Amino acid sequence: MTTPKKLGTYAQNTWCPGCGNFGILASVKKALTDLENDGLDLNKVAIVSGIGCHAKIVDYLNVNSFYSIHGRVPPPMTGIKLANPDLTVIGYAGDGDAYGEGIEHLIFSAKRNIDMTFIVHNNRVYGLTTGQFTPTSPPGFKGRSTPKGSPEDPLNPVELMISAGATFVARGYTKNMKHLQSLIKTAINHKGFSFIDVLQPCFTFFNTYDYYNERVYEFTEQDHDASDRNQAFVKAREWTYGEGERIPIGIFYQVQKPTYEERLLAGRVPVRLTPGDIRPVLEKHI
Amino acid sequence: MEEISILIGGKAGDGIRQAGHVIAQLLNRIGYRIFFYDDYPSLIRGGHNFSIIRASEKRVLAHKDTIDIIVALNQDTVEKHKHRLNTGGIILYDSKKADAQGLGIDFLNVVKEFNGIPIMRNTAAIGALARMLNLEWSVLESVIKRFLEKNVDLNLKIARNAYDQVETPLKSLPKLNQKSLPLVTGNEAISLGAVKAGLNMYIAYPMTPASAILHYLAAHEKELGVVTVHPESEIGVALMALGAAYTGTKTMVGTSGGGFALMTEALSLAGQGELPIVFVECQRPGPSTGVPTYTMQGDLNFVIHAGHGEFSRVVLAPGDADEAFYTAGLAMNLAWKFQIPTFVLSDKHLSESIFSFEADLEKVKPENSLLWDGEGEYRRYLDSQNGISPLAFPGNPEAIVKVTSYEHDENGITTEEPEQIARMQRKRLRKRKTLENELKKFDTVNVYGNPESKTALLCWGSTKGACIEVAEVLGLKVIQPLVMEPLPVESLKKALSGTKKIIDVEVNATGQLAKLIAGHGFCVDDMILRFDSRPFTVDGLLDNVKEVLS
Repeated sequence: MTTPKKLGTYAQNTWCPGCGNFGILASVKKALTDLENDGLDLNKVAIVSGIGCHAKIVDYLNVNSFYSIHGRVPPPMTGIKLANPDLTVIGYAGDGDAYGEGIEHLIFSAKRNIDMTFIVHNNRVYGLTTGQFTPTSPPGFKGRSTPKGSPEDPLNPVELMISAGATFVARGYTKNMKHLQSLIKTAINHKGFSFIDVLQPCFTFFNTYDYYNERVYEFTEQDHDASDRNQAFVKAREWTYGEGERIPIGIFYQVQKPTYEERLLAGRVPVRLTPGDIRPVLEKHI
Repeated sequence: MEEISILIGGKAGDGIRQAGHVIAQLLNRIGYRIFFYDDYPSLIRGGHNFSIIRASEKRVLAHKDTIDIIVALNQDTVEKHKHRLNTGGIILYDSKKADAQGLGIDFLNVVKEFNGIPIMRNTAAIGALARMLNLEWSVLESVIKRFLEKNVDLNLKIARNAYDQVETPLKSLPKLNQKSLPLVTGNEAISLGAVKAGLNMYIAYPMTPASAILHYLAAHEKELGVVTVHPESEIGVALMALGAAYTGTKTMVGTSGGGFALMTEALSLAGQGELPIVFVECQRPGPSTGVPTYTMQGDLNFVIHAGHGEFSRVVLAPGDADEAFYTAGLAMNLAWKFQIPTFVLSDKHLSESIFSFEADLEKVKPENSLLWDGEGEYRRYLDSQNGISPLAFPGNPEAIVKVTSYEHDENGITTEEPEQIARMQRKRLRKRKTLENELKKFDTVNVYGNPESKTALLCWGSTKGACIEVAEVLGLKVIQPLVMEPLPVESLKKALSGTKKIIDVEVNATGQLAKLIAGHGFCVDDMILRFDSRPFTVDGLLDNVKEVLS
């Protein structure tokens, strides 16, 4: 039996005290432990991260992992899932990773509805490069590359993912850990592309705890029909990562659709494929 | 020696390449060895496309400038190519579309007579050509049945009508007592070689001249037991491939220089993470978009040096379809044996030309990778004597497999400790020594022509074919390194021993191979460089070499 403690490694944790990433790590450990109790084989879990503070999570979790490069979390995840669909694939990315450098991959993952879970550690600032604006920083954000304030409006990734075709779109907050654990579990159990934008304050470069504590509220299926795409868009626009007084967290959208690997592979498992005989194919060339 | 060169030309959309194929198969059927060159601009309709089919009693790997028969579907073809005709050469032309000295037949009229579609003009042309060459109708009939599967009856009627319009054969091409061989492009040979070595997955974004690998494998997925994927970009391609490799899936990606430029961050990750992957780079002229549908050997430096940081790789440069088959298999086996990125470096001239394929299929077999024996705790980056750490894959109930782009310890956990960093860098680079020893088992440098000659033509890749024929005419030696990285210095030294004059022949503007070997103390005496995006022809290169020797 795994416990959250056993899911740890000997790697020294180097996140700043007070970092929102601790909340994500603890929630993931709890979610994986619960899922194992429900029958998930943790040896068949593979996690992938990008580069930045979030990415250290792969060093802190004692499961199969692929520490990728900046912006490139979805492609290795896709390769892993397509090559061996038996694996449960979970990706971790920062907001710079997911919405900046590698946004094409994220949009395509949603478009394809590949069965994997993608968790964004969204602190709305570049932490490891010491404080520049990101695609979700609020307008006018004064970072080291924009001392006069960011000249761009933020992206709304929740809205973007619903329109791109993700079949599970949620937002969590690192302080609401029980809620986040539940989102992560539901996301992993969801068959299709699951996306969670996690509001994760950066204690050092962009401390948003007070801002979120005042505004964040949890919504449930009682208040919101997650199968209704139009309602999902309305809910997603309640807070635009700049404007908006209240910040909803919960499952915005969830529907069932055929997955990419089902459509592309039609039952084939590449890692177990035996190459065919090339002779009959060569015969066609005479 | 029996030999003939036929050029067929028209507009894009006239089905020139397909007609060329049928002609090539016709000559293959009567025992000839084929080299097929395809020349087309980057457009979909219009322009000028032509194919040259060279058929010979002996194996040929290049075409000539001079032509025996021109089949012209338009006037452009006549004007652009009539100067190429040999003495006694003939132009067969569509009399409604062109005017020339030679044999004119109203191909469109033949097509109309049987209610065919305009593209079937080339079926009529093939029918007339077959009779001109004194080929039996039954040979043409069987080739049409096999290779023009759509509308066979209609094509047969059109071909027969045109065949009968030629009263007397103008040239007699004797049937040879040699068996027909598969006609295979360089790209097809690369595909088949990789499959033979165990390819499970091919991932690519379309880019000329590599796209045909994707098309071919996608069309034969089931028979070949391969899954093909076409993702969002070359960046996506290469990183997906690394994800697949991490699970133990033998994966190959293919592109041209521009696409490979986008893959270089993944290449470096393959180096750090020790992930096996095969890159096929089919060169075309650069810089940048360059000349998309033509040829160049301009990316040798790029491929050898691409990727930040220091790590081992293998770069193989095949010169014909047989070598393309062998090297694709070898690239796959070496990638998995050494857990490194490997390359098949092709170019448009090799990738899209067609060859009579004679490779020994048994020479390529999937080789075993070093797998973890299950003893003790699994360490993905175990610091072993030869630098190779045993492999395990996610899903193994006893192992946790951590791969990473960061510098790491033996378990794949990030490190910034100086001793650890130096130790892992040494471990990875130790593989190079093991690799160099492994490569000694193979012919890494080919020598052709007259081994006693004091003058050698030095070449690589698709330039080999023209060089061999020129060397045969002039009694010279040809030296062709097949492995470009790690450069087989000892074999090269052996191949060059006794040589007084080295003439470097490359399809690029700066002599990249010459510079590469200069770094190892070999100096070339002359360079013949062609960089107008066209390959060397046998007769063209012969003139160039004579000039250098005079």
